Amino acid sequence: MNYVSGKEVKQPSLGVRILALIGRVALAIAIPAIAFYILYLGFLFLRDSDAPRIVITLVAIVWGVGGVALLYWIFNGIVERMPDQWTTRLQPFVFVGPAMAILAWYLAIPTLRTFWISLFNRDGPPAGLTIPELLASDSFVGLSNYAAVFTERVMVEAFRNNIMWIVFGSTFSVAFGLIIAVLADRSAYEKLAKSLIFLPMAISFVGASIIWKFIYEFRPPGQPQIGLLNAILVSAGGVPRAWTQWVDIAPWNNLFLIVIVIWLQTGFSMVLFSAALKGIPEELLEAGRMDGASEFRIFFGIMLPYIRGTLITVWTTIVIFTLKIFDVVWVMTGGQFGTHVIATQFYRQSFTNRNSGFGSAIAIVLLIAVIPVMIYNLKQFREQEAF
Amino acid sequence: MAGVTYRHVYKRYGDVTVITDLNMEIADKEFVVFVGPSGCGKSTSLRMLAGLEEVTEGEILIGDRVVNDVPPKDRDIAMVFQSYALYPHMSVYDNMAFGLKLRKTPKSEIDRRVKEAAESLGLTHLLDRKPKALSGGQRQRVAVGRAIVREPAVFLMDEPLSNLDAKLRVSARAEISQLHRRLGTTFIYVTHDQVEAMTMGDRIAVMSDGLLQQIDSPRNLYNYPGNVFVAGFIGSPAMNFFDATLVSEEGKLFVDTGDFRVHVPEDRQQPYNNYVGKEVIFGMRPENLHAPQFAPPGIDASPIEGIVEVVELLGHELHLYVNAGKNSMVATVDTRLQVNTGNQVQLVMDMHNMHLFDKKTELAIR
Repeated sequence: MNYVSGKEVKQPSLGVRILALIGRVALAIAIPAIAFYILYLGFLFLRDSDAPRIVITLVAIVWGVGGVALLYWIFNGIVERMPDQWTTRLQPFVFVGPAMAILAWYLAIPTLRTFWISLFNRDGPPAGLTIPELLASDSFVGLSNYAAVFTERVMVEAFRNNIMWIVFGSTFSVAFGLIIAVLADRSAYEKLAKSLIFLPMAISFVGASIIWKFIYEFRPPGQPQIGLLNAILVSAGGVPRAWTQWVDIAPWNNLFLIVIVIWLQTGFSMVLFSAALKGIPEELLEAGRMDGASEFRIFFGIMLPYIRGTLITVWTTIVIFTLKIFDVVWVMTGGQFGTHVIATQFYRQSFTNRNSGFGSAIAIVLLIAVIPVMIYNLKQFREQEAF
Repeated sequence: MAGVTYRHVYKRYGDVTVITDLNMEIADKEFVVFVGPSGCGKSTSLRMLAGLEEVTEGEILIGDRVVNDVPPKDRDIAMVFQSYALYPHMSVYDNMAFGLKLRKTPKSEIDRRVKEAAESLGLTHLLDRKPKALSGGQRQRVAVGRAIVREPAVFLMDEPLSNLDAKLRVSARAEISQLHRRLGTTFIYVTHDQVEAMTMGDRIAVMSDGLLQQIDSPRNLYNYPGNVFVAGFIGSPAMNFFDATLVSEEGKLFVDTGDFRVHVPEDRQQPYNNYVGKEVIFGMRPENLHAPQFAPPGIDASPIEGIVEVVELLGHELHLYVNAGKNSMVATVDTRLQVNTGNQVQLVMDMHNMHLFDKKTELAIR
């Protein structure tokens, strides 16, 4: 750490740096550890108490929140009493360190562990062996789970479906969101229209799937159709269809599932686009009009480039959503009828087939697929100074 | 090349009338400045001419053509906006070329015009830059360049200098005046800054409350303001006004404010005779108040006195805020005058530069 105060810029000695590192790690671990311990004691105390439930709840909130705040306050006090140099070295870690430590514990370590498991067969690494022994054991299969990920029939189908999800889901969500934002902006009923379009955002993916299950509901011909789509179709003289299970048109039956996410995400993109469009200075559009641009040209030549950042951010966010899509497929078809996606495959292999090695490999592949989109997304956020 | 005519133009938003019966003839190649406080309707008048606002009633002509229903792009005009409104994703070159491209101007012609305009504005080395990478002054010049390449019949400018710092504004002011001389095109320029108006305009249209108060050359506007608003708006510090009565004694006219009595020069008495015994508004510019010992020779001096309340030394001039009883006034006097707050001070008014206004109509008595 450099101190550019005054004339001197001095590099602290190696010993000091090591000491600082130890101090930081100690802070990062000690604070959450003590916090968890105190909370655990509180939990034990409360569990055995006979007080009314409401009192226990209030005590728990005060105990939990207050205890953590007190802990931060104490550690901050200790660090502030140190020599100035040490205060500047350690203080950030009082606050950021615990978050990093917890994140590492819950996110980084499980990720590494999942990768480790993905190198073994369906039962995972056998217990009680050292690492060299594990690598030599029959359970260790190297990267062959990954080979299977890209060759197994259902997995290939899942990749294809996920690509459909990404392409159609994001494109239509963005396009509809943009169109509605532009039109609503010029409408007298802007608030009402936008509220209605935004409403589905409040529904969970599972809830939305159940709503759409009713829309797609199929009864054999002759019986009364309680599904909205079939009811309309039959009353118009058509034949009822089992939309999501319609394997004759596979893989296009996936589109019936994708529509659900479009319905949910259009509101999200509309809100962001609407805000971005309102941020375009009026004079810019007037300048375009004076320059002789048609409204069409102004939209594509001036407005769209102006909101390019938002466009990319929304697009990548929805791509990430659709890459990870699980709930909709699981509720609607459970992955049958050629609708599996990567996440449902991961779930099926891990928990239904109990093939932990294969399941872990799928999870890692999904993670690797999301990371580049995520990085691009964050880069866009940073350029818009959202961070 | 074309002149501009406003004929009984009204602009209303619902029940609110923001422009009332605007009539104006702007000659070809003239530089006219619309000036007035914010909300006076000057920008709206310009925007109606540009086609960005609809005309509620009346006609606007560019040349001999009524343009009320002509879209902005077909009006043969170009506009420089206050915010410059440069397209942020386009280079300087593309910003200037955009309008020409839309008009299907041949590529070589676009290139020639853009390069020429860039050359004249000193932008040649910036043509590849995006607006974000330019300074305020450079952006302003690009906005002007974008208007120039269109070779319009009328140039419209809506407060193009108000986003520049004070120093840059002075040089940009001179540049725009030069540009007008060089292009020989009609310029219509909106500002709230009276210095810009006085220094740049061939004629100045002073507006207030949606009404055209007076349109005249800078010199006439300053010397012969048509009403109290114009008299108070043009000039800095603003003209002093006093409620007064015109009295006649032994064939001579005097202005009596209650605090002091000053005489009316004989050659100016004639139009005032009808107002003897009536209430009037007496106007005197701060720069026409002098310390007696430093007063220029040959003025028709009339003495007054009062208490100095504030002294402001600006270096080249000295502002005194003087209380003469129930009236206060500002005097711009010679910096050699030694005076402190609280002092009794003797001043003289140069009565040749007096102004009298009707109390009711607030119009100048001529």
